Amino acid sequence: MANIPDDLHYSKDHEWLRVEGDTGVIGITDYAQNSLGDVVYVELPKAGEPFGAHESFGTVESVKAVSEIFTPVSGEVVEVNDALSDEPEKVNNDPYGEGWMVRMRLSNPGEVDSLLTAAEYEDFTKSEGE
Amino acid sequence: MSAQNLKQTPLNSVHRSLGGRMVEFGGWDMPVQYPAGTVEEHLRTRTVAGLFDVSHMGEIDVRGADAIPFVNRITSNDVTKLVDGQAQYSTLTTPEGTVVDDLLVYRFTEDRLLLVVNAGTTDKDWEWIRSHHEDERVELRNASAEYCQIALQGPEAIPILQKLTETPLEEIKYYHFSEGEVEGVPAIISRTGYTGEDGFEVYAAPDKAEQLWNKILNAGGYGKPEGVLPCGLAARNTLRLEAGMALYGHEITEETTLLEANLGWICKLNKGDFIGRERLAQQKEEGVKRKLVGFEMTERGIARDDQDVLVDGQKVGRVTSGSPAPFLKKNIGMAYVPVEHTGEGQDIQIDVRGRAIGAKIVKTPFYKRQRQ
Repeated sequence: MANIPDDLHYSKDHEWLRVEGDTGVIGITDYAQNSLGDVVYVELPKAGEPFGAHESFGTVESVKAVSEIFTPVSGEVVEVNDALSDEPEKVNNDPYGEGWMVRMRLSNPGEVDSLLTAAEYEDFTKSEGE
Repeated sequence: MSAQNLKQTPLNSVHRSLGGRMVEFGGWDMPVQYPAGTVEEHLRTRTVAGLFDVSHMGEIDVRGADAIPFVNRITSNDVTKLVDGQAQYSTLTTPEGTVVDDLLVYRFTEDRLLLVVNAGTTDKDWEWIRSHHEDERVELRNASAEYCQIALQGPEAIPILQKLTETPLEEIKYYHFSEGEVEGVPAIISRTGYTGEDGFEVYAAPDKAEQLWNKILNAGGYGKPEGVLPCGLAARNTLRLEAGMALYGHEITEETTLLEANLGWICKLNKGDFIGRERLAQQKEEGVKRKLVGFEMTERGIARDDQDVLVDGQKVGRVTSGSPAPFLKKNIGMAYVPVEHTGEGQDIQIDVRGRAIGAKIVKTPFYKRQRQ
């Protein structure tokens, strides 16, 4: 069963968001990393780049496939997890911790309310898996 | 994705119980990877052994006094060179010298051959073979449902399989086979494979598949840190790509000729007439305009199937297979490019989703095992 921490917000594109003050940390979920398989390459934006909600901000590649990653909410990238360029496997091993991808300054914190709760996301993954 | 219309091998439920992630492949419901993951499956095959269900492959049985002349006329390699108990890599060719499918031709006796073809092309091949039968005295049978096929590949393949059979495996030469028993199950034991490793492909009755599979996993110490691992289609693909082997539908298709695909070594123009011989002889005379090459990325980025190959910013060709190479720890691929750009070391770029990423042409195979 996929790990879905209660304190995070989730998108239907399988990203998670952890709100910390006026910023949010973003990564992909345990369910997503498991579906992808071994992550071998992560391409992320640079700090300073602005994104709308549900915009592609990078790609995650496994041996077999390329997946785009999408912003759950709008904002400006203020920090990027550079460690993933040398150790992309962190996305598999610790998707909610060392596998985080970017930190964004939230331009519209109200958007967070439109994201799924852990329970809603769990239901969503179940319906998708069928 | 609905699994209901897909064909299943006799090991389908075994894959599911091993945690295999099932995907559609050539009309079949097949495991793309198991919980260990593609990279680990790939590495374990290079260092110990991997076990692959390849029961989806098709088998066409050819019997009769003209079995050899018939198959010789529809394939590119020279079937008359085979002895009993030997196999050869070959292709079914079109009149244009392009490829209907690649296959293995097994010779049991001079009047009995077995053609092993790709899963997704089995029906097409069967129709092609039947429709190109003329007056040769042969009986053709699509025997695909009569066999399971399990491949054990890797440096430990011999010691593992030897625990289960009295057939002296060391004595089976590369691209030869023996009819024997594995755990009491009658089987064809063929020293062939699609990974670049030593190993075997074992053919047996489908109702014995589960028994064979489980016995081989056990004999290989499945579950132990250095034990055999079941491997999915993703590892099968990266292993064959590292070994520089063509995959039908990618490197070889009905749009590519044997000579363009560097398969001149199985294109025996002097063996007598066969479908496509004339065009291939003509192409050999004139020289090919494009060729299949291997490349490795010199900048960060992973080439993928169907991306464009650029030279000085201009599109010159197309990637047929592109992937990370887990053992070599490089990003590699194969592509068709014009002959003037095929020199080793030639700088090219791959259009990776709109960005030109540097790569260079390298020799294939990318990976070659150390022979003992």
